[in-house]
Amino acid sequence: MTILRVENLGIAFGGVVAVDGVSFTVNRSEIFALIGPNGAGKTTLFNMISGVYVPQRGRIVLEGADVTNLAPHQLALRGMSRTFQNLQVFFRMTAAENVMVGRHVHENHNVFAHVLSLPSVHAQNRKTRADAERLLAMVGLAKVADSPASSLSYGALKRLEIARALAAEPRVLLLDEPAAGCNPVETEEIDAVIQKIAGQGISVVLVEHDMRLVMRISHRIHVLDRGKTLAVGTADEVRGNPAVIAAYLGGMGEREAARARG
Amino acid sequence: MRRFLTSPFLLVGAVAVVVAILPMILPSNFYMRVAALVYINAIAVLGLNLLMGFAGQVSLGHAGFFGIGAYAMALGPVYLGLPSWASLLGGTAVSALLAFLVGRPILRLNGYYLAIATLGMGMLVAMVISNEANITGGPNGMEVQRMVLFGWRVAGSVTWYWISGISLVIAALVVVNLINSPTGRALRSIHDSEIAARVLGIDVARYKLLAFVISAIFASIAGSYLALLDGFVTPTTAGFLLSIELVVMAVLGGLGSILGSIVGAAILVILPQALTVFHEYEHVVLGAIIVVFLILLPSGIVPAIAALIRRRPA
Repeated sequence: MTILRVENLGIAFGGVVAVDGVSFTVNRSEIFALIGPNGAGKTTLFNMISGVYVPQRGRIVLEGADVTNLAPHQLALRGMSRTFQNLQVFFRMTAAENVMVGRHVHENHNVFAHVLSLPSVHAQNRKTRADAERLLAMVGLAKVADSPASSLSYGALKRLEIARALAAEPRVLLLDEPAAGCNPVETEEIDAVIQKIAGQGISVVLVEHDMRLVMRISHRIHVLDRGKTLAVGTADEVRGNPAVIAAYLGGMGEREAARARG
Repeated sequence: MRRFLTSPFLLVGAVAVVVAILPMILPSNFYMRVAALVYINAIAVLGLNLLMGFAGQVSLGHAGFFGIGAYAMALGPVYLGLPSWASLLGGTAVSALLAFLVGRPILRLNGYYLAIATLGMGMLVAMVISNEANITGGPNGMEVQRMVLFGWRVAGSVTWYWISGISLVIAALVVVNLINSPTGRALRSIHDSEIAARVLGIDVARYKLLAFVISAIFASIAGSYLALLDGFVTPTTAGFLLSIELVVMAVLGGLGSILGSIVGAAILVILPQALTVFHEYEHVVLGAIIVVFLILLPSGIVPAIAALIRRRPA
């Protein structure tokens, strides 16, 4: 069942065409990876899908509805959530508070109730806090719930962003390089977390440079190069694709290509 | 002590206790008046801190709302025949409406641009007040009728001490409640990362506007109180200098600190009184003290002290 459909999406900055007519569909519970050399347009694509950039052409269809021109906060209400390649953590808040912000779309927004601190607000705060603790435990951050986010390691912050994005109970989760800067143990933990997320019926769109991780967990892989689609398929299909090998050998050096071949 | 500084509700309780006890210590009505001035300024600074310290949006024009609140007390009774309490509510409503209308376009701006836009708005209010001399008395100012509630003439330093003190406690409670709610978390998230807030479903424009309107309401009420305390208003209550003073109070006390708002207001109200011994160098000394404070305690007085206490083993 298709949850997210991207049709012929394109955007240019000045004269530079960052994404040039990319199309794909993502199914329910699927782990769908977007890979490609630096500058291939992966993050730009994420920014369009999550409403941060408005695409200049093409359509984005989420659960059958055209959401192409919706603002990020409207998309969040419809079940889109994401993390960021360059961390966008709320550093002045604790880890738990970061995740609590993620519950925003499911909370009551009556400001008068908040000003009066009605019992319903307290009850809701307790529930939000409990939800946040559960999600922090899921990504292995239960112990640092009350630590300031600014005191956490890079790998922990990456996982904190995942917990925060999950707090919104998304149907589509965009993960922008979740394993970047993580050591092998942390990467394995993230691997498990992503599979667990997909197991809960959430579609995961993944941008990641750790090819071992990508090849291991992705159901399908979409390869981008200079804004265009280079190949689509399973890990095995993509790994053997001559155009992909050429792009990686030409663009990113042998190590990553060798890892891709496994 | 550590718990005291981290629990916001205890903090409001402590403020209430201080407000209740202080009259037993203060030796004369003059000091009661100074304390009332501190409380009135602190109410405005609390609102501004919600906007600047928590939501991270600067305003250099909040004296505009302060002035509207103050002039409402002078104009309402004379031109509209309103009782003082209705003038106060009317002034508050006008300030809130102005903040709502102006806030929508200018809160799209960031940093310096927002600072300049709010500065312009504040100066516009001040200019209207000083130029419409046949209505507002222009630079000469205007007399404010004493408030009468149920036949009780509300006047005098002691009376205003209690009114402003109780109002300050309520204002602090409102801010504490807001901060510990989804609204507060939304505001704080905007401060740290607007883009992350947006993708988490927070309508950033709406929440910035909300903080702007609430802070305008606080400033307006404070302005009305000052007008009633003084029995007189002049255009300086809407002036640029007051806007700056409010910002200095918020920054000096500590952005994002509720107690800091009160401490900042206290310092900027009390210091000039204490520094009159320096005569014409009063402002130089005041300026120097502020500069030294900001160099030594850049995060503000209250957050710096809180950090010191936290660092010490319990």
